[in-house]
Amino acid sequence: MAGEWLSVKTEVARVIEFRGVTKRFSDGTVAVDDLELVAQAGQITVFVGPSGCGKTTSLRMVNRMIEPTSGTVIVGDRDVMSGDPAQLRRGIGYVIQQAGLFPHRTVLDNIATVPLLVGRPRRRARERAAELMDLVGLAPELAPRYPAQLSGGQQQRVGVARALAADPPVLLMDEPFSAVDPVVRESLQDELLRLQSELGKTIVFVTHDIDEAIKLGDRVAVFRTGGTLAQYDEPGVLLSRPADSFVAHFVGRDRGYRRLGFLSCRGLPIGELATVAVGAQGPSQGWVLVVDGERRPLGWLDGNTARGRTVGTLDLVPGGSLYDTGAGSLRSALDAALSAPSGQGVAVDGDGRVVGSVCADDVLRVLTGEGHHEATVRS
Amino acid sequence: MTWVLGNLDVIRERTLEHLVLALPPVLLGLVIAIPLGWLANRTGAGRAILTNVAGLAYTIPSLALFVLLPPLLGTGILDSRNVIVALTVYTVALLVRTVADALGAVPTVIVDAATAMGYPPARRFVAVELPMAVPVILAGLRVAAVSSISLVTVGSVIGFGGLGRMFTDGFQRSIPAEIIAGIVVVLVIALVVDGLILALGRVLTPWNRIGQAAGRGT
Repeated sequence: MAGEWLSVKTEVARVIEFRGVTKRFSDGTVAVDDLELVAQAGQITVFVGPSGCGKTTSLRMVNRMIEPTSGTVIVGDRDVMSGDPAQLRRGIGYVIQQAGLFPHRTVLDNIATVPLLVGRPRRRARERAAELMDLVGLAPELAPRYPAQLSGGQQQRVGVARALAADPPVLLMDEPFSAVDPVVRESLQDELLRLQSELGKTIVFVTHDIDEAIKLGDRVAVFRTGGTLAQYDEPGVLLSRPADSFVAHFVGRDRGYRRLGFLSCRGLPIGELATVAVGAQGPSQGWVLVVDGERRPLGWLDGNTARGRTVGTLDLVPGGSLYDTGAGSLRSALDAALSAPSGQGVAVDGDGRVVGSVCADDVLRVLTGEGHHEATVRS
Repeated sequence: MTWVLGNLDVIRERTLEHLVLALPPVLLGLVIAIPLGWLANRTGAGRAILTNVAGLAYTIPSLALFVLLPPLLGTGILDSRNVIVALTVYTVALLVRTVADALGAVPTVIVDAATAMGYPPARRFVAVELPMAVPVILAGLRVAAVSSISLVTVGSVIGFGGLGRMFTDGFQRSIPAEIIAGIVVVLVIALVVDGLILALGRVLTPWNRIGQAAGRGT
C-alpha cells in the first residue's frame, strides 16, 4: 500500500545543479554549451527542445552516463564526478523510452533489480517489487510475466516501478512515454503527476513534445539546437512571455488559449442551470441538463424534441467537457462553455455533482478583468 | 548384425572413449570463448584480430594439428591430450565469433538501462549481457559439439579415435558391419548431444520462447 511505502522513504529530495556545464564530443560537436540550471528539489523539471539540442545529453550527465567536458553537475551536495559511478546511479532512478526492461527477467524481478543490487535479500526485494506494482497500478498477476508479454503502457509502468524500487531521491526520465499511443500516454502522464504528488521526488524529464512539457513541468527548460538554454520558466510564463521568437515558435499554436490552463478561476461567476431528472416531465422549450439521482450530468435535452414528454435517456444529446469548480482552470471552464450544445458550461463539484453553469463571456471578463493573478492550476 | 551382437563390449568401450574425447573440449572451448568473445566485442580492432585468428585456426587440418601438437605441448605423439587440445582449439575457433556476435546483438538500450541501474561492468556482463546472449551462443555450441563429435574419429590415425577406430579396424580387417556400426553410433551420439543442448537452451531461456510466441502472434 502507498501508506506503508511512504513510511520506508529514507531520503529527502535533492537539488540538481548544472554549473557551467559543457559537453564536447570527440568529433568536436558541442552537445551542451555552458549550461547553468537548477532543478528544484521535489519538483518536475522538464527539458524540452528539438532533436540535437542537448537535452538528453544534459540528462545523462546527471547520472554520469555521459561525463561533462567542463563544469560541474551537482546532485544534492555532491559533484557527480566524485566517487563510484555505479554507487551514484543506484541512488538515481532512470526511466527510458520503450522502458528498456530486461527481457530475460520477469516483471517482478525487473522491478527488484536495484534492491537486489544494493544487497537486499531476494525475498525482501520481491516484496518491495510487489508493493511498487501496486503503487504504479499493475495487477499482481502480471508479476511472473516477461516484458514481451506486456502492452507498451504496462511496460512503461514496470519501467517507472523499477526506477522507484530503491526509493531514489532523484528520478531521470528520458522520453519515457514517446513510444506509446496518445491515449495511453495521457493516462501515464496523469499517473506520473499523481505519483509525484505522493512521492515528491526531484524529477528531470526529457521530451520533444512541448504539450507534454507544459502538462508535467513545474518548470520547463527550453533548449535550442547547439545545446544552449533558450528559456527556463514555469509553463504559464513560457506561454505568456516567451523569451524570444525561437521559444514562441517552439511553444507553438494556440499559445494564448493553452495559457488559460494555468490561470485560476477566482472570480468566475457560477450561474443557474436548468436541470431535470430522468423520469420527470421534460421541458417544452430550450435546453435542459438531464441528471441522475445523484445530480451527476447525463446529457442535454432539447425542449423542441422532448415536447414535454417523460425524460428517458434515448433522446439525450451528449454533453461537452465538465468544469470542476475545485480544481479546474480557466481553460477547462471556457472549454466546458464552448463544448456544451446550449452554450452553458456544466460546472461540477469534486464529486461530479452539478453545481451550476459557466458561460464564455464570463471567462473572458475574468481574463480581461483587473487584478488577475497567474496561478499554477493543472487542467 | 552378428558382428554387432558379438562385439557389444567393444562398441560400449569405444563409445565411452569417444564421449570422453569429444565432450570436454566443447566445455573447455566454451569457457575460453566467452571471455575472448567479450574481448572481441569490446573494440573493432580486437574483433577483427580475434575473429581472423579464429578463422585461421579452424582451417588447420585436424590431422596436421594432431601431429603438430606433441612438440608444442611436450606430450608424446600417442597421448589423448593431443586430441582434446586440438578439438578445444576448433571449438574456440568456432565459438569466438558466435559469442562476439551474440553479445553484440544485445540491444544498446538494455545495456544502457543496466548501467544506469548501477551495475558495475563485470556484474552487468554476468547478469544481463551473458543471459541475453545465451540463445545465440547455444546455437553456435550445437554446431561446435556436433563438429567435435565427428572430428574425434580422425584421432584414430594416432590411436585415439573413439568410434573412429572401428572405421580403421573395420577397413583393415574387411568388416563392413563394424564400419557401419561406427557411423551409426557417431550419428546417434551427435543427435542426442544436439538435442540435449537444445533442451538446455529451452530450460535456460523461458523468456525467449515467450518472446518468439508473442512475435508470431502479431
